[in-house]
Amino acid sequence: MTELVRESLDHCVKCTICESFCPYSAATPLFPGPKYVGPQAERFRRTGVSPDTSVDYCSGCGICTNVCPQGVKIAEINSQARAQLWQERGIPLRNQLIARPSVLGRLGTPVAPLANWTLRNRALRYLGERLVGIHRHAAVPRFAGRTFQRWARKHVSPAAERTIVYFHNCGTNYYEPAVGRMTVEVLEHNGFHVVVPPQDCCGLPLQSNGNFPAARAYVRRLAANLAPYARDGCAIVANSTSCGLMLKREAREILEVEDDDVVVVSDAMYDLCEFLLLLHERGELRTDFKPLELTVPYHAPCQQQGHGIGKPALDLFALIPGLRAIELDADCCGIAGTYGLKKEKYEISMTVGERLFGELRESNGDLAACDSETCRWQIEHGADMHAVHPIELLHRAYGLGAAA
Amino acid sequence: MTDVRARPAGASYDTVVIGAGLAGLTAALRLAEAGQRVAVLAKGVGATHLAPPTIDVLGYANGPVGSPAQALPEFAAANPQHPYRQLSTELLRGSLDWFKTRLSDQGYRGGLEENFFVPTAVGAAKPTALLPETMAAGDLRQGGRFVFVGLRGLKDFFPAYLADNVARAERPGEAPVTTRVVELAPPLGQAVDVSSLGFARRFEQADFRESVLTELDRNLVPGEIVGFPAVLGIGGAGEVWRELEARLGHPVFEVPTLPPSVPGIRVYETMTAALRRQGARLVIGSTVAGAERSNGRLEGVVAHTAGRPLTYRAGSFVLATGGFASAGLELDSTGKVREPVLDLPVAGVPGANEPLFGAGYFDEHALSRAGVAVDESRRPVDGEGAPVYENLHAAGATLAGAVPWREGSGNGLSLASGYAAASAILEASE
Repeated sequence: MTELVRESLDHCVKCTICESFCPYSAATPLFPGPKYVGPQAERFRRTGVSPDTSVDYCSGCGICTNVCPQGVKIAEINSQARAQLWQERGIPLRNQLIARPSVLGRLGTPVAPLANWTLRNRALRYLGERLVGIHRHAAVPRFAGRTFQRWARKHVSPAAERTIVYFHNCGTNYYEPAVGRMTVEVLEHNGFHVVVPPQDCCGLPLQSNGNFPAARAYVRRLAANLAPYARDGCAIVANSTSCGLMLKREAREILEVEDDDVVVVSDAMYDLCEFLLLLHERGELRTDFKPLELTVPYHAPCQQQGHGIGKPALDLFALIPGLRAIELDADCCGIAGTYGLKKEKYEISMTVGERLFGELRESNGDLAACDSETCRWQIEHGADMHAVHPIELLHRAYGLGAAA
Repeated sequence: MTDVRARPAGASYDTVVIGAGLAGLTAALRLAEAGQRVAVLAKGVGATHLAPPTIDVLGYANGPVGSPAQALPEFAAANPQHPYRQLSTELLRGSLDWFKTRLSDQGYRGGLEENFFVPTAVGAAKPTALLPETMAAGDLRQGGRFVFVGLRGLKDFFPAYLADNVARAERPGEAPVTTRVVELAPPLGQAVDVSSLGFARRFEQADFRESVLTELDRNLVPGEIVGFPAVLGIGGAGEVWRELEARLGHPVFEVPTLPPSVPGIRVYETMTAALRRQGARLVIGSTVAGAERSNGRLEGVVAHTAGRPLTYRAGSFVLATGGFASAGLELDSTGKVREPVLDLPVAGVPGANEPLFGAGYFDEHALSRAGVAVDESRRPVDGEGAPVYENLHAAGATLAGAVPWREGSGNGLSLASGYAAASAILEASE
């Protein structure tokens, strides 16, 4: 455990604020709450053995760390505890599989029609639940068939005074390449030359499934690809809030990777909306937005809130004439990356999401906006409402062409 | 759910509030209602989740206070350094009225004229100026036959101890109080150890309420007043409480519990939802740890994020970070006291040779009056009484001169000073 995380443990005064906010312990008695499995049980783990397995029902959403008034790194403690648990017991095959999105992406992309058919075939999904443990109803995305990387290799980004590096993520690459294209086009519209280096998974799903050695290998590889640009002074933007957060902070705090490459990349990393809003505050964001007469309920994902930057997407939406954004009250959609895919956790995940789904339905929104891909898929599944990354609305308002 | 208002291009905030306890939320909501663009930055969630939701303005001054309005002038005169010295009765009244309107979903009752005396979790009779409707029937001044309901499996709530103490609690009036206990064993499934919030979630389910009502109904005697631990629902507490009263045919009230404070959570939920509706930005989990200054003004505050520090610029700022318990004030091992966010001067710190603490736990402790001193515009001042920044205001437990836990003045002081900070900012911007 890092010094920072370890020291924060002693600041816990057992005030229960984290437990009051935890959406997962509210949804299931199987998770006794962040304080219980974290700061309290940690004292037993000092002897080297996990006291029980309940920490596996923590989703890693990080709300506990955010609300803690004493600065205890609760989610980080629990993430490390989960890794210790699975190290003791061996990681199940299913968790090894779903934690490798780029492997799945490479397998599924060439056979996208077949893969998509399989993932939507009820009998096969039933088998998948029985044999692999992925819940038959869980929201899974569609393979796009053509990767974003393939588009980016052919795309010639116009020369510009300023260069920016784009860290797309596995979701963009294999399932939502249009989000990547729109990100590039919005950045170019604002006078950036956009570089898309070759890149693989950041290791976040492996981290949240307790495979720290493999997660470290992934994040080191990714950081090595991005580091030369960061050393040249380029900013790096990420459209996935969770993968961006992995590089900003979690690789260092949770995985304890402090290599030069990771540190320099971490210092250069921006969330996409964070970056665009900073541009705007410097007067450098183009505001030639056309009106969008839309009602858009906005959900800030937990990992977006983990950035500690407020809700820049809402500030950007306010620049678009006609756009009526609605800030939702619910904290969490319940998917937490791979958590809600698991057969034993799917029902919990849907219970957690209930409040958000209800607010979305009541909003009479035309579509929902949300920065994180797995949360968007969960919203579409749970609330039956189309959900887009905020960049898609900016892209549309700039008049940069059809979305897909 | 909230409509986000259009914002001026490239704008900073009108006001940035640091701290999300009652003082900070009050200042922020008043300013947002007045049309200001407001951000609330907080290291974490404040004491609303821990403390009872009653607004205690002044509970003790040479014994229990029956009427804060009557006791305040003398109290302020006897305590010249106390924040109430600068907060007029009109202002206190204004803040209470404002709070009652904003928390109308919780039916707050009372005012400055007289204190209720309601049971605490350990059965003391606590004087308080405002309380939510769900607690009103617990007023001990008129006496009565009280039944305290125990719920098996509820952590840290001991009805027998509570009932025993209530029966002999110090309170005004001669009307007799008798107490007894009914212990219920509502269905908890596999759970054996449930927090007050866990029970509150269950009370929002009709079948759970049904089982409680069925078991309790046959155990009540006509004329009894029924006290539950404060777990009667969260968002739907008003309906739960009304249903219990109607179905039982008895007055029902809530007794505050140890943390988590369910009725305090209701206050936080209502106030933060109102802030979102007003287009204010709440950033919980971002510690302010620096400032940008120029020419006696605070230009911006610097907050931690997951990456690089972020500067929030604003026309005005409110510091509402709390006292020692919330790290709004810090005491180090050498006895030095500091205000860690903006490094403001701290007033009321005992001298080098004076003791910081009294001998007994319940004694007066000199250190507890330490804090930030402010001028009439609620601006922190230096040793000479000059404002440190012309656009920085302070509110809540950070302020010097009060000992809320002895005076029974905690939430009253937070509410009034948060309200007053907003008034000062609005007056200055006119």
